[in-house]
Amino acid sequence: MTAETTAGPVLVLLDHTAEGVLRTPVRELLTLARTLAGESGVEGAWAGELPAAAIDDLGRLGVRRVHRLVTDADPHLTAVLAEAVEQARSAVGAPLVLLVSSFENKEVAARLAVTTGAGVVTDADALVVEGGQVVAGKTVFAGTWTTRCAVTAPVAVVTVKPNTVTAADAETASSPEVVEHTVAASGRARRVALVERTERAGSGRPDLGSAHVVVVGGRGTNGDFSAVEELADVLGGAVGATRVATDEGWIGHDAQIGQTGVTIAPRLYVGAGVSGAVHHRGGMQASGTIVAVNSDADAPIFEIADLGIVGDLFTVLPQAVAELRRLQG
Amino acid sequence: MRIVVCVKHVPDIQSDRTLGADGRTVRDGGDGTLNELDENALEAALTLVEAHGGEVVALTVGPDDAVDAVRKGLQMGAEQAVHVVDEQIAGSDVLGTATVLAAAVRHIAAQGPVDLVVTGMAGLDGLTSVLPTALAELLDLPALLLAREVDIDGTTVTIRRDLDHASEVLRAELPALLSVTDQANEARYPNFKGIMAARKKPVTTLTLADLGVDPATVGSVGARTQVLEAAARPPREDRVLITDDGTAGVRLAAYLVEHKLV
Ligand SMILES: Cc1cc2nc3c(=O)[nH]c(=O)nc-3n(C[C@H](O)[C@H](O)[C@H](O)COP(=O)(O)OP(=O)(O)OC[C@H]3O[C@@H](n4cnc5c(N)ncnc54)[C@H](O)[C@@H]3O)c2cc1C
Repeated sequence: MTAETTAGPVLVLLDHTAEGVLRTPVRELLTLARTLAGESGVEGAWAGELPAAAIDDLGRLGVRRVHRLVTDADPHLTAVLAEAVEQARSAVGAPLVLLVSSFENKEVAARLAVTTGAGVVTDADALVVEGGQVVAGKTVFAGTWTTRCAVTAPVAVVTVKPNTVTAADAETASSPEVVEHTVAASGRARRVALVERTERAGSGRPDLGSAHVVVVGGRGTNGDFSAVEELADVLGGAVGATRVATDEGWIGHDAQIGQTGVTIAPRLYVGAGVSGAVHHRGGMQASGTIVAVNSDADAPIFEIADLGIVGDLFTVLPQAVAELRRLQG
Repeated sequence: MRIVVCVKHVPDIQSDRTLGADGRTVRDGGDGTLNELDENALEAALTLVEAHGGEVVALTVGPDDAVDAVRKGLQMGAEQAVHVVDEQIAGSDVLGTATVLAAAVRHIAAQGPVDLVVTGMAGLDGLTSVLPTALAELLDLPALLLAREVDIDGTTVTIRRDLDHASEVLRAELPALLSVTDQANEARYPNFKGIMAARKKPVTTLTLADLGVDPATVGSVGARTQVLEAAARPPREDRVLITDDGTAGVRLAAYLVEHKLV
């Protein structure tokens, strides 16, 4: 690898649970970062307590150094986190900062861009270095167009969508050095107060935003998500919903897929009783394989479905579940 | 309370949207509309002004026809509108757009203090939620983003928001910048009276020179990112549509196995 195809040191913001476990999309991001950093190595930025198990985990993923950010204000405040990440970035001299695409991380990315003069790309679904320049792939217009976008500024800040690459451990594990940064949050960053933060309890299923398989129920479920849930479970997937289903209160708002909900690009999307409205498609059209079960042969979702089944979800889904269980033995 | 709402004119989401070879949205065709999600921003601002007094100023940056977006704002109840239009803005990246919006907000604030800047949750065409943060940073305002509930008590603004893994309550003192989601409210439809009244309301048109913005910092010259290529995604190949004959569930399972999806 040459300077033409690598960026130099890459700093990755390490999203983790409150218990200090790395989230799946960060494992993917670190896998991608290794190919971009080349010899320079991958550096990670970690806010909060850093358990020994996490350091081992980061070593397996090939992280060279972990920058532990010790802030004197709550790092859940994105302005505080952005200042801390910038301190680590400038210490490393990293020309590329990678973050998982999430609402909070896009706030961090935007702040970094303004304060450092970096170019920012959000929701990238591909990332390479060409001729020394960071080039990101991105789908726009509800997943109907693909673009390639180069960062022309010396520093690039890119948020990358989950499922962009498959997470894999490094060929040789490293034993990351831990560097502590004590960060005093500025008065500016402290102007917003975090009055309350409630972590949502996990559903026991994979996270919607990063799951490889998502089964989505719409109005057609009429409030009965059992068939959708059973298919999701036999496939090891997450359960999503249309806005109609969340507005009806059949499932939490956090399950909403679409323009104003979560954007997903799993390997497999299954929509059951989902019409495929443009607002919904905006959040799922980039999925690998799209399967739709709908009783209306004219439903718009069939226009984008790799496998379309005109039928009743309450008979098709349970039959598929029984068959998959039989095949799995 | 004086509130500036940033609105955007976008190609109609229901129509076919295209990108030119330069990667910019093709804006002719005339079926543009006010970004749906900005209606929630206008609604939030109008509700606050109804409760606390004051006025709403609708602000947009964009080509000539973008004025339709602020007109809609006037019809809903904004008192005045500002439209920044300048050829040199074309090709701006999100930071360039934020730079122009920030200058326009300062221009409006020069005529009377601005307590709150409100935006929608994201542009449906550009899909970036970066703009509100960048704008707040440039205006040196605290940012309270993605509010599904907004409450103002005196000079303190409190919001509730839902993130991927948590819900948060955030608070800041005015002046501040706020973005609201589509869950925050149900946007009003302009009524006949509103539509008639809007015709008499002032729309100020400004250029970069009026705002004192250096053209080198915006447009394609000032952009820190450059679109290299844009292409319509090819349609999915080998699509199959079957009608359930009593075996569709089994066929679905077989399809997933065959395509190595289980
Ligand atoms: C600003 C804005 C933002 C929006 N954002 C989103 C968003 O982020 N996400 C989102 O999903 N929506 C969003 N919407 C709403 C969106 O426009 C649609 O209304 C919604 O997606 C439709 O949901 P649905 O497919 O469940 O319902 P419907 O459109 O009512 O479709 C239900 C489908 O179920 C089928 N059906 C019924 N019974 C059965 C059965 N027994 N078996 C099989 N099929 C059956 C029907 O044929 C029908 O096609 C937004 C709207 C607006 C205005």
